[in-house]
Amino acid sequence: MAQLTFREAIARGIAQEMRRDESVVLLGEDVGAAGGVFKGTVGLLEEFGGVRVRDTPISEQAILGAAMGASMTGLRPIAEIMFSDFFAVCWDIVANEIAKSRYMTNGQMSFPLVIRSGNGGGLRFGAQHSQSVENWAMMIPGLKVVVPSNARDVIGLMAAAVRDPDPVIFLEAKALYASKMDVPDGEIVDTLGSAKVLRQGANATVVALGAMVPRALEAAEELSANGIDCTVVDVRSLVPLDTMTLLREVSATGRLFTVEENPRLCGWGAELVSIIADEIFYDLDGPIVRITTPHIPLPAADSLEDLAIPSVERIVTTIHKAMNS
Amino acid sequence: MYRSQFALRQFEKRAYDLFLENYVKGTSHLSIGQEAIAAGVAAAMRPTDWTFATYRGHAHTLARGVPMTPVFAELMGRTNGLMAGKGGSMHLTSVEHGVMGSYAIIGAHLPIACGAAWSAQYRGTDQVAVAFFGDGSTNIGAFHEALNLAAVWKLPVIFFCENNLWMEYTRTSEVTAVANPAADRASAYGLASIIIDGNDADEVYEVTAEAIERARAGDGPSMIEAKTYRHGGHSRADPGKYRPDEELAEWLAKDPIPRYRTRLLEAGVSEDELRAIEVEVDAEVDRATEEAKLGGVPGEDLLLKDVWADGGGAWRN
Ligand SMILES: Cc1ncc(C[n+]2csc(CCOP(=O)(O)OP(=O)(O)O)c2C)c(N)n1
Ligand SMILES: [Mg+2]
Repeated sequence: MAQLTFREAIARGIAQEMRRDESVVLLGEDVGAAGGVFKGTVGLLEEFGGVRVRDTPISEQAILGAAMGASMTGLRPIAEIMFSDFFAVCWDIVANEIAKSRYMTNGQMSFPLVIRSGNGGGLRFGAQHSQSVENWAMMIPGLKVVVPSNARDVIGLMAAAVRDPDPVIFLEAKALYASKMDVPDGEIVDTLGSAKVLRQGANATVVALGAMVPRALEAAEELSANGIDCTVVDVRSLVPLDTMTLLREVSATGRLFTVEENPRLCGWGAELVSIIADEIFYDLDGPIVRITTPHIPLPAADSLEDLAIPSVERIVTTIHKAMNS
Repeated sequence: MYRSQFALRQFEKRAYDLFLENYVKGTSHLSIGQEAIAAGVAAAMRPTDWTFATYRGHAHTLARGVPMTPVFAELMGRTNGLMAGKGGSMHLTSVEHGVMGSYAIIGAHLPIACGAAWSAQYRGTDQVAVAFFGDGSTNIGAFHEALNLAAVWKLPVIFFCENNLWMEYTRTSEVTAVANPAADRASAYGLASIIIDGNDADEVYEVTAEAIERARAGDGPSMIEAKTYRHGGHSRADPGKYRPDEELAEWLAKDPIPRYRTRLLEAGVSEDELRAIEVEVDAEVDRATEEAKLGGVPGEDLLLKDVWADGGGAWRN
């Protein structure tokens, strides 16, 4: 057991897979000597050398194009897009090329690659370096989308993503990079498409993702002091989506609250709500409530950013109000 | 290479007829007039090398040895198509022949070809990737990103520009800062400026073979700009009327296929031999057309297939 930060867990997760499999390579801007702008790849160049850990030019299309071409010919690249907002300059490669080519070629090609990216707000970086884009990725057929919420899951889900034969978008909540937890020693391998129930309660089910998970847990603690007992589920993987666990946990309490960092429209919670409405409508005991960032570009000032992204306080008051009305 | 060029021509002509007969739906982009390039490059490649083609990719796919029947069938949207009808004319792919996809977003496949070349370099095979693209495609960012990456990583990749003077309906020179859209950019990436006659299959073959040799030897990428012309319009329904008659006439006179035929006759190949090739190819086109038409209509069993590597399309449990 060792205490690890979220960012250290990224390097450990990648190293675990690179030691195991020669075909795993890492590429991106500043991932080598600099150890990544978020220090998520520290030590990898030293351990694996410049042939496997490659610094790239500032060419996001080239980074992802290279990852795609390498993956279709036998490598398992892990590519970094520094900030997930930058997906906008290489989205063709993601949405048109990587996501569609297996289907279009009737299964002739495989793209076992992982695209890691720093996602979301909390660092006061302003609108072009802070958006939570998990919903962009989730809506594209052919992409798997994974969002860990803690250091242990970073390692386990990274291993699962690298070993998966399909392309995986791996979103790292920037707000969590400095968070710490005790992580078991040795190999950790998780499975994609498995949500995790972190807390069990009788009154309401709170479903959260990424940086919203610790906030949902903290809110649940506060609410339980006020007599509202919440289940908290960490979605972990948007595609594949563990609807079995989610439906079961929502049925059990009859109430659903989603906590989403993405801007409101077409957030992942909206899809979940539609599934719940379709399949377990009669198990619900009250309205479904989505707690999201408003539909705005994210502001830079700390006061405004804190107002925009769901806070523990907003989660508590929203749930409290809904449960008592 | 005469046979190959002639087969590409006859295939494309038949594809056009099938479009008129409504067997081929959607869109398609023919290479009539540009066959010397696909044929010459393919002749310089090994079966283990990789091609990355564009939406104008029937010729490039066939030239690597993919049989005509599955290509016709793919254009017709049949189950015996190269991708069982799931890709269509613009996405012809045959991994077993090294045809690593045909890409319909301008420029996208150039960085992807770099990735394949990187993988060959990493694994120490001596495979080479060739990416075809048009003159108009030199103005998109992916082109420049790919060239720079290939140059700094010394990747075994050949960037092959088929300069047919036109984008869709706009003359590329009207919207491009330099006269030779690929070759004049080469020096920006430390590459030699190579301009060739794209209507001469022998020249295409020789220059490509040298570039491939350099790539295999670890000497990095090359870019080749081949001057050529499409005889028809941009895509299926385009009569190409925006082009001046004299320009078309000038290029029809440089048609690569009669040119190559004359060259062979002058070199002592007999008329009978050439006729025999032509008769054989025509019979193959007829046979492939009929075989393709026999294919089934893809149904629901294919709809959700192969989104994922497990063969299915499930995004939830
Ligand atoms: C990103 C993108 N922009 C525009 C198009 C539409 N488009 C398809 S082909 C084409 C012309 C391309 O010209 P060129 O590169 O010279 O190739 P050619 O068709 O002449 O072979 C255009 C603009 C596209 N497919 N992708
Ligand atoms: Mg052109």
